[in-house]
Amino acid sequence: MKILFLMSSVPDTTSKINFTENDTKFDEDGIQFVINPHDEFGLTKAMQLKEKLGGELVVLNVGTAKTEPVIRKTLAIGADRAIRIDVEPTDSYFTASQIAQYIKQNNDFDLIIAGKESLDYNSGIVHGLVAEMTGIKFVNACIGLDVIENNVIEIAREIEGGKEIIDTTMPIIIGGQKGLVKEEELRIPNMRGIMMARKKPLEVLPAFEAEVKSKIEKFEKPPSKGAIKLVEKDNLDALINLLHNEAKVI
Amino acid sequence: MSILIYAENQNGKVSKGAKELAAYAKAYGDKSGQEVVAIGFGLENPKELYTYGASKVLNVEDPILKNFNAYAHASGIAEAATKENASLVLISSSNDAVYLGPILAKKMQAGYLSQVMALPEDGDTFIVKRKTFSNKGIAYTALLTEKKVLRIAKNSFGLKENPVDGNVESFNPNIDASAYDMLKVIKVEKVSGKVPLTDADIIVSAGRGMKGPENWGMIEELADVLDAPVSCSKPVADIGWRPHAEHVGQTGKQVAPNLYIAIGISGAIQHLAGVNSSKYMVVINNDPEAPFFKAADYGVVGDAFEVVPALIEKLKVFKQG
Repeated sequence: MKILFLMSSVPDTTSKINFTENDTKFDEDGIQFVINPHDEFGLTKAMQLKEKLGGELVVLNVGTAKTEPVIRKTLAIGADRAIRIDVEPTDSYFTASQIAQYIKQNNDFDLIIAGKESLDYNSGIVHGLVAEMTGIKFVNACIGLDVIENNVIEIAREIEGGKEIIDTTMPIIIGGQKGLVKEEELRIPNMRGIMMARKKPLEVLPAFEAEVKSKIEKFEKPPSKGAIKLVEKDNLDALINLLHNEAKVI
Repeated sequence: MSILIYAENQNGKVSKGAKELAAYAKAYGDKSGQEVVAIGFGLENPKELYTYGASKVLNVEDPILKNFNAYAHASGIAEAATKENASLVLISSSNDAVYLGPILAKKMQAGYLSQVMALPEDGDTFIVKRKTFSNKGIAYTALLTEKKVLRIAKNSFGLKENPVDGNVESFNPNIDASAYDMLKVIKVEKVSGKVPLTDADIIVSAGRGMKGPENWGMIEELADVLDAPVSCSKPVADIGWRPHAEHVGQTGKQVAPNLYIAIGISGAIQHLAGVNSSKYMVVINNDPEAPFFKAADYGVVGDAFEVVPALIEKLKVFKQG
């Protein structure tokens, strides 16, 4: 089985978010980049499938050289090799076009796993567009995946207030998230993995020609909330009063 | 010209998200001189959308199409957009709509922006504000295409009523139903009864401060009094005190209620990233240094085991009044 894992490198959740160049750019100064948290579930799932069924696990990232330490981390966790398409991933359409063109040239993947959304620009669009651009079918918000036999798979998809089980076939692109594997199964690199990752191939490809459909004009920070209003624990009527008369939520 | 909205339903009833889309579309339609048209798949009460500003509802009645399939629904929406001469299509941020968004955009050859939090800005260029960086940043983003699909962030515009006269039209789009075989749904499991967390107006949430799963009775009672669903923090789901489906936070469910009550939750950044779209947040915690006190609107410093039962009693009296 051949698996392609689409990886986003995003700021660590605890990062302070600031903007620079007249608020037109995200300020990366001092930011620690990590594997997108939604992607981590897919990476571990891909490792489990590879170990069970054999095959190859390839990582694909669209990004400049600064994403390489994060790509190396996926190799340390166990991916076999990596591809980096050397361009800043600006809008979703542009980024999806890069990935889709790579897949069209290397169209022997059975399973393509992405995270349902990257936790920087929060669009949740790229993997779905890749599916449409390549004609490969797509299921989003996957919280479970089992290979039944040959190319037949069963996918659990999160829906409002529950889940549905879908019977389908590979090749397929999925948007993964928590649930795809258990939290305690998530893999982190060990020393041996880190040493081995240094020798694994990381191929850098030039960007493909592609269209841009959107452009960020400027950023701003959300308005800061006013100071918290504290209520004494023996005066809870005051809390009910605030919720009813000020916030008007009860 | 018209603005088309994808009006989803829950067991046949127009969803909260659909009403919010109609309200958004009506407000923008009034500014730009466009009518609001909705497309629904098996809506039982389509006229309810008139209240929020949709003056025409295309209702697809084919029983096969009532069930969600991203490809089938995207194809129906795209056909409706052509028929109604709509170059702007709005979808909600439900799991289904998030799934079909890119499929629809590609089918319509449209540009697509998600997590849109307000009406388009005034001016010649089409620019909308998007939520980014888990609500720690707002990106003013220009959409450069003639046709556009916007996915509106949950509870960002509100359910503003703006009643209009309308009509319902039965609609039979030319959909290739083979998509239902390609992705065959063999089982659906839904928690019955309560409103899903992602659609709730009020959520009562609890964390490790509750000391053990046996103490959730008071959390559920408080939730019942407020007619709210219960959620929890990540550690509580990880240790197995509560089901994973209740986990709200960055890697759990992202929620945006009007009121979020956090009991015994310290307020780690990962937790706040999933709840900071709430309109108001209340924190109840015995540690005055808990980070949640910096994020919430209202707070009570105190032992949950005293505060919660007292709050339940006070709320019961309030509800009777």
